[in-house]
Amino acid sequence: MNIYALLQFVAFAAVSVGLMLPLGIYMAKVFNGEATWAGKVLGPIEGLSYRLCGVRGAEQQNWAQYAGAVIIFNALGGAVLFLILMHQDQLPWNPQGLPGLPYDLAFNIAVSFVTNTNWQSYGGETTLSYFSQMLGLTVQNFMAAATGFAVAVAMVRGFTHKENPGLGNFYVDVTRAIFYVLLPLSLLFALFLIWQGVPDNLQPYVQATTLEGTQQTIAQGPVASQIAIKMLGSNGGGYFNANAAHPYENPTPLSNFFQLISILLLSIGLIAAFGKMVGDRRQAWALLASMTILFMILLGLCYFSEANGNPAFGHLNIDQIISDTNSGGNMEGKEVRFGIFNSALWATTTSATSNGSVNAMHDSFMPLGGLVPLFNMLVGEVIYGGVGCGLYGILLYVLITVFIAGLMVGRTPEYLGKKIEAHEIKLAVIAQLLYPICVLGFGVVSLLVPLGASSMSATGPHGLTQTIYAYASAAANNGSAFAGFNGNTVFQNIMLGIVMLIGRYGVIIPVLAIAGSLAAKKITPPSSGTFPTHGLMFVVLLTAVIVMFGGLTYFPALALGPVAEHLSLFQSVAP
Amino acid sequence: MFRELRSSVSLFILFFVLTGLGYPFLTLILGQQLFPHQANGSLIETNGKIIGSSLIGQNFAGAGYFHGRPSAAGNGYDAGNSSGSNLGPTSANLQQAIEQRVNDLKKDNSVPIPVDLVTTSASGLDPDISPDAAQFQVSRVAAARQLTLDQIQDIIKQSTTSRSLGFLGDNRVNVLDLNLALDRLGKTPVP
Repeated sequence: MNIYALLQFVAFAAVSVGLMLPLGIYMAKVFNGEATWAGKVLGPIEGLSYRLCGVRGAEQQNWAQYAGAVIIFNALGGAVLFLILMHQDQLPWNPQGLPGLPYDLAFNIAVSFVTNTNWQSYGGETTLSYFSQMLGLTVQNFMAAATGFAVAVAMVRGFTHKENPGLGNFYVDVTRAIFYVLLPLSLLFALFLIWQGVPDNLQPYVQATTLEGTQQTIAQGPVASQIAIKMLGSNGGGYFNANAAHPYENPTPLSNFFQLISILLLSIGLIAAFGKMVGDRRQAWALLASMTILFMILLGLCYFSEANGNPAFGHLNIDQIISDTNSGGNMEGKEVRFGIFNSALWATTTSATSNGSVNAMHDSFMPLGGLVPLFNMLVGEVIYGGVGCGLYGILLYVLITVFIAGLMVGRTPEYLGKKIEAHEIKLAVIAQLLYPICVLGFGVVSLLVPLGASSMSATGPHGLTQTIYAYASAAANNGSAFAGFNGNTVFQNIMLGIVMLIGRYGVIIPVLAIAGSLAAKKITPPSSGTFPTHGLMFVVLLTAVIVMFGGLTYFPALALGPVAEHLSLFQSVAP
Repeated sequence: MFRELRSSVSLFILFFVLTGLGYPFLTLILGQQLFPHQANGSLIETNGKIIGSSLIGQNFAGAGYFHGRPSAAGNGYDAGNSSGSNLGPTSANLQQAIEQRVNDLKKDNSVPIPVDLVTTSASGLDPDISPDAAQFQVSRVAAARQLTLDQIQDIIKQSTTSRSLGFLGDNRVNVLDLNLALDRLGKTPVP
């Protein structure tokens, strides 16, 4: 392994963990309503907002009220975004005179941004006006991330509340997420990005005359503000078509490094906050350990697949060996300034969380390199996971794990002192089963119907992978793509839009129902028969459950897609 | 129910204004004040004319210029339409394209071709090539410009950026920067 790859990984891990701990403590305080240094400044504004909007912050919502608020708030956001996109030609800040979008594309984008998927059926600079980028996408980037936060915090309250079915107040949680976490961090990060070279202006696209005398149109816009929240909120929808591979979205290795950190930051911060909120940090460490084991294995697989280059070009006189002066490896669809390691690290991180931004084109990854982000999404993005959805996603796995452990020893399973009973397990399984239904059910329809199959740009195993990837990305609300797949057709825009809705609310509603049911239960102190959920045994079990759920459910699809492609590629070049 | 709706709608309007106008415009104003060059796209002007951006690659075809990587953005380096090729590792089109590029480049030099010179970048706008890819083209450029190899090595050195902080990313050469330096040497390329 290249020494620089190792150094970059160590720096990435160290900075992530270093920022995670203080941020976790801070976020726990924010969502518990405790005093913070930021509260001194922002507290009065927060209070004023509640008065203006008629929010009674002290009022607790039960799970159904909480879910209702989530849905109303998100539906509103989706409707406004849809209208903006349809009518962007009649709105200001459209110097390129871009037309309003067709209904299917507007529907897809609206759903995609409300559900924190941020799938790019749009092309960014060729499709969206500055108005749509700011008041459309940027607004929803905040709202969707804040919704994720709120639901995760509500679920944690399910474990901490004693015989009190209230889950907190959705409006308060959203307001706090935006005021105390998302807005200040985004502003800071946006300025850092501008310093690194990300543009932020409202100028029309620049016309340049190149050295060889041809004309080059260079897209501009309010890029930095959109990118900052896109990364922090695990949204991932690019300002430009090429997303974070575009030199204006991600100009330097330093901007790349901090964008990588920002993908993970709030997700792992929330897991640390979880440890603090339930009063037992070991629980958070156990979850992180389990996630990290999987992350390291997958990153290793992705990096080595890409670093070894493409054997199909072995007979040509091409230098694919990585060195100080040569990029090496599989450089198709990758940028020189990042190199192989950063591309592999980004692909693994963006799909482990539900970010979905890309700094290299996954469609051009080696078969096993591309398998990694696909696998990450198929297990439901719980390896750190997205903002909020990562935490509630892994907690669903935890419930199933303690249930299985309970079955093995013949005791009622418990987690954090709450008895886990049939009702909770049913709901957890419903939430978990929706993924395979979306990916395999809808995915198969897309494969079989000519309208859907025509979206594939490749035939054979690679085409299958493209389709499965698209549906996995939509179901898991990731948003990255094997971009050779043409998602911008009426058929795919609508199908993928529906899958995104199921993938988001089909999980959020059961999660809140579980939380509501748990919150009403009493907390029993651990006894000698309690299965400890912070030890090595639990970490191993949880990891195994994640792999089995994800791996086995989709094994046939993975075998026919990336694995078959890998085998045929390496067999065809074998001596 | 009505109160619920009222809270939802008014909170939404508040955040719509705050995150859709307040935040982007605050960023815009601060960015324009603190880093005006970057905020406006890191554009390069010579004699009052914009010739490009130091961050965005452009197309070079002449023998007297260093060439960037192949580009899948529009018709090549279309900075209004960024894109990768999105061709998979087993794609016949990719195989064909790469064989074609290898054949074209073989004329310049007989050493193994650095992989970045025959593969398209993710954005189609990659401003950089690897140091090896610059070395690969030195003799062609020197011949076309009637410059010595040493003169060219000097400007390659100046246009090379090392890893950020010594370990982040890869070493690279900015192609536009390099070609601007070539033009500044005074000898225009022989057509």
